[in-house]
Amino acid sequence: MSATGSTLVRPRLLGRATVNAVVAISVLYTLLPVLWLVLAAAKNRDALFGSALLSLTDFSFGQNLSDLFAMDGGLYGRWYVNSLLYAVLGAAVGALVSVACGYAFDKYRFRHKEKLFGLVLAAVMVPQTVLALPLYLMASEAGLVNTFWAVFVPVLFNPFGVYLGRVFSRGYVPDEVLEAARIDGAGELTLYARVALRMLGPGLVTVFLFQLTAIWNNFFLPMVMLSDQDLYPVSLGLYAWNSSASVSPEYYPVVVMGSLLAVVPLILAFVLLQRFWRSGLTAGAVK
Amino acid sequence: MTATTEHTVRVPAPRTAAPSARARRTARRRRLGAAGVLMAPFFLLLTTVFLIPVGTAAYLSFYSDDQPGLGFGPERTVFVGLRSYAAVLTDPTFLGGLGTVALYCLIYIPLMVAGALLLALLLDSGVVRLRSFAQLGLFLPHAVPGIIAALIWLYLYTPGISPVVDLFARADITIDFLGVHTVLPSIVNIALWSNLGYNMVVFYAALQAVPREVTEAAVVDGAGPVRTALQVKTPLVRASIVMVALFTLIWALQLFTEPMLLSQSSPVINSRFSPSMYIYDAAFTRNNYSLAAAASVVLLLCTVALSYGVTRLTSRNSTAEEAR
Repeated sequence: MSATGSTLVRPRLLGRATVNAVVAISVLYTLLPVLWLVLAAAKNRDALFGSALLSLTDFSFGQNLSDLFAMDGGLYGRWYVNSLLYAVLGAAVGALVSVACGYAFDKYRFRHKEKLFGLVLAAVMVPQTVLALPLYLMASEAGLVNTFWAVFVPVLFNPFGVYLGRVFSRGYVPDEVLEAARIDGAGELTLYARVALRMLGPGLVTVFLFQLTAIWNNFFLPMVMLSDQDLYPVSLGLYAWNSSASVSPEYYPVVVMGSLLAVVPLILAFVLLQRFWRSGLTAGAVK
Repeated sequence: MTATTEHTVRVPAPRTAAPSARARRTARRRRLGAAGVLMAPFFLLLTTVFLIPVGTAAYLSFYSDDQPGLGFGPERTVFVGLRSYAAVLTDPTFLGGLGTVALYCLIYIPLMVAGALLLALLLDSGVVRLRSFAQLGLFLPHAVPGIIAALIWLYLYTPGISPVVDLFARADITIDFLGVHTVLPSIVNIALWSNLGYNMVVFYAALQAVPREVTEAAVVDGAGPVRTALQVKTPLVRASIVMVALFTLIWALQLFTEPMLLSQSSPVINSRFSPSMYIYDAAFTRNNYSLAAAASVVLLLCTVALSYGVTRLTSRNSTAEEAR
């Protein structure tokens, strides 16, 4: 009895240890590069190249920070503001547009509905790089190349947000509530703005976060559309500085520090909005 | 205003007569109007930044700006039929790029799906300590923009800056992470690092929705934890697996950011390393719009065909299983 007990327990203990080891190694794999970024941002150039990251000398976090914002006449600050404008404004408008459309797909019946929805889903899989050249030509026709709008308008388009909006609307907005409000005499648009939108809150935040991440990450479109450095988002600006770094190494510490600061807004957004997107993600994934 | 009165009049006496056909028609029209208003902004965007550009790309691929002889006179746009497609499809640099991305997908997608699923199953098994910390740690790279993930790893691949290369060097191992044969695995690593945690969270959410009775029944039937995970839980989250595979595929085919950044430091990556880089190079370096458009259409068709293949393949599997 005891013999079989111990042979059963031992593999299970071994299994637990293996499972925990695998997870721990994976977490180290994801965390260590970020930790490297934090440590490297605190070092001056000599220490950066000496790979002596753990030594406490050569600490120059503050110096790097002020260098970053002084470099090229404070360009980084501008990029940061640009990125925030593109991403926060774009994600807010884009999420509202997509979720409204998803809601309409869920709650209303009209002809060719599923065909139209199929078109929306098809749009999800079209590569950005395919649209870039025509968008560039259209923007140049309209005189919008190298302006804020050339980057801002295309990123509002989020077909996956429409899909999520439909899923959330089915999950969160009961038809009975809408019927009741209709009997009370609410018009259809008031119904959406006053009743449905509130219930769609977590879904809206999820779509907002998805899009915020996507726009903050956006690199290809600004690269195609913008030549004026003053309009760059952080991603494109750091790319440009990194290419200068191979010639003038004084750019390395500011690129590292700039990368660290560029990570902060998304982490903040994910932490602050955690309650919403966790429930939103579950709804989207389970479907 | 009239809407309110009509409703309030109709409601108190619903039994006396069914709402007249006219009232129903106005209600229906009103709803259609509301649907139109709610959908209009999105479909306006869909038309301007999606349908017209796709159409323009297709159009451009069949036309070309031909310079008249000797370069004098105005440029004319002429129909060239499939000439641009022939040029793209016989261009060894484009075919090489397609091959590179195909190889990249073959390495990256199985690793990503299997890795994320494995981690989600492990976290779902209930034996992992500090589970929410582990989840947060794994998810963190998702908050790192792609270009910055590429920057971090570029530095971690660069001898002299990288503690990793340094560590290997101390063990007398020299690895060139940006060499001819290592650069593709190095790019896979960047993408894997960026997206593993996010996909793990998607799988984990799906696993959480598996009813506990199902797994308990499997345990009662004598299935060990490994068999429960692979033969009971995994089939139940198939929909999520297909979704993750599909999105990973669509993104992988667009491969651009990582090689673009690495090309600043590695001579191995040329300006036409992937189809997306080829398009960028053709359109904005060589200003050959019809070539770029043809390459775009080819990439688009590949994406659509492969996505369709993935969904078809998996749905056929599922119907076969249901029939069983």
